[in-house]
Amino acid sequence: MNGGEQTIVFERKPHIIAGYGIVGPKEGEGPLAQYFDEVAKDDLFDQKSYEKAECKMHLLAIERAIERAGLHESDVCALLSGDLLNQIISSSFSARELDIPFLGLYNACSTFGEALILGSIMLTSGSMQKVACSTSSHFSTAERQYRYPLELGTQMTPTAQWTVTGSGCSVLSMDGEGPVVTSATVGKVVDYDITDANNMGAAMAPAAAFTIATHLRELRRKADYYDYIVTGDLGIFGSEMLHQLLLSEGIDIAENHLDCGKLIFDETQKVHMGGSGAGCSSSVFNTYFLQQFKEDKIKRMLFVPTGALLSKVSSLQGESIPGIAHAVAIEVA
Amino acid sequence: MDIFLQFLQAFAVGGFICLIGQLLINYTKMTSSRILVIFLLLGALLEGVQLFDPIESFAGCGITIPIVGFGAVLVKGAVKAMHETGLLGVLTGGIVAGAAGLAAAILFGFLMSVLFKSRTKS
Amino acid sequence: MIQKEEYVELVKKTTPKSKELKTLPIAFAVGGLICCIGQAFRLIYSTFLPIGKVTAGSLTSVTMIFIGSLLTGVGIYDKIGKVAGAGSIVPITGFANSVVSPAMEFNREGVVLGVMSKMFVVAGPVIVSGVVASIVIALVYYIVGLF
Repeated sequence: MNGGEQTIVFERKPHIIAGYGIVGPKEGEGPLAQYFDEVAKDDLFDQKSYEKAECKMHLLAIERAIERAGLHESDVCALLSGDLLNQIISSSFSARELDIPFLGLYNACSTFGEALILGSIMLTSGSMQKVACSTSSHFSTAERQYRYPLELGTQMTPTAQWTVTGSGCSVLSMDGEGPVVTSATVGKVVDYDITDANNMGAAMAPAAAFTIATHLRELRRKADYYDYIVTGDLGIFGSEMLHQLLLSEGIDIAENHLDCGKLIFDETQKVHMGGSGAGCSSSVFNTYFLQQFKEDKIKRMLFVPTGALLSKVSSLQGESIPGIAHAVAIEVA
Repeated sequence: MDIFLQFLQAFAVGGFICLIGQLLINYTKMTSSRILVIFLLLGALLEGVQLFDPIESFAGCGITIPIVGFGAVLVKGAVKAMHETGLLGVLTGGIVAGAAGLAAAILFGFLMSVLFKSRTKS
Repeated sequence: MIQKEEYVELVKKTTPKSKELKTLPIAFAVGGLICCIGQAFRLIYSTFLPIGKVTAGSLTSVTMIFIGSLLTGVGIYDKIGKVAGAGSIVPITGFANSVVSPAMEFNREGVVLGVMSKMFVVAGPVIVSGVVASIVIALVYYIVGLF
């Protein structure tokens, strides 16, 4: 790649001209409540199933983001979306309602990073003018698919995280206003032999560490070049592991590291290690962080959504949990 | 007084068994299914070596209400049926003895699924 | 960068276990309480109904299964389970919860392919292992009885 083995430097920089984030009721009671564009009153969104609810939420996020960008669906060249459901039905069925060419993506909870990177490459190549990038996740659909029936009386383990019910969409364009994507580091899959599906933070931290270290090394930057290095959903324990891993590389991010999973809930909400999910990073980024850029409180951030690439089958077959993380550098124009 | 003691014993033994279960959850990261199987097999084993009845006379529902009791019921039924009808009893005795609980679970499961919808956790 | 083996050790050592001590007395208390409730029913049945000990036991089991099922249906059992842990999983009410919860969950996928197919997705192991164990043990007795 033009910036290194894994890093792309964008000569022409795409703008994030609009963002929109919707969350469920629990997220709406958290510390970022005032930043979310929309908080659902109940997480069924008046639908007959949680899957349909997640799809409706995802669709709303995309439509409203495009509206906020002052565009019509027909102006958007492609929709890059993903989610955690089997066969990414939340994204596919949202795209069904839209008149936009659809590119479905899956990188677990780091899908939003993947979408931003691919979208930026498409724009800077000149082949497309505007793209929309979005992801979603929903607590109840994740529980049904990956864990247990909702009414089963189980206890959360101390390292467990709470899947965020949320969806976020960014509209990218070569012209317009808004912070720009300046560079990106495409992560490699990193598996550090963590097998506990209830300790995702620990499983994903190594991937985040390698991606961040690679990004800083290839661009010859120090961690403090960025106002904030923001991971997607490492949670409390995962963040600690990330700090340890990076310290062993001589990189100290204790001062400027934030994690969307840690930001979206507070301790009183009893979510143990924090939030997680494909919609966690996208909903927090498109509301809280875009607002920080707007208010001039941030000039540069390194956005690192993190994902755990497991399935129910892989866990039952004794596999460990591989992680992946993509880094997207976003700065004021 | 006698009745009070019965309840106290049931409370103590039942609580103790659940405590062991909780220790398993905390320190081995076992899922509910695995824990239920272990306790059920424990009950089956206790009945197999004929230790279950003496424990039951002390603990009453403290040992029959936990899933341990269900394991014992199944084995008790199988052994009894074996004595009565030989090899065929070996096959049928367990399920027959557990039939009430199984049928109840199936019926109520079906009923509740018709009457109620699952709700999200908070 | 820290290597794999060192990292696994680090995770093992520093993984939080802080809240775990609190769970033990609650599991004990709730489990004990549920057993007492069962004891009460058994007492009532054997006192006021003209039935034997085994029938009283079966009736008690069915009653407790009903209670577990109802509490699951109205959405209370998972709230109990969150605090009580094993105290609500191990008693037979927990077995009922493990049958009713998937039944309720998968009714969105239809009665036959949802409810009926998935009803035993959590409790299946209990039934299979129980029946197999009963057969094995009775078989042992049978073989021993032949000598």
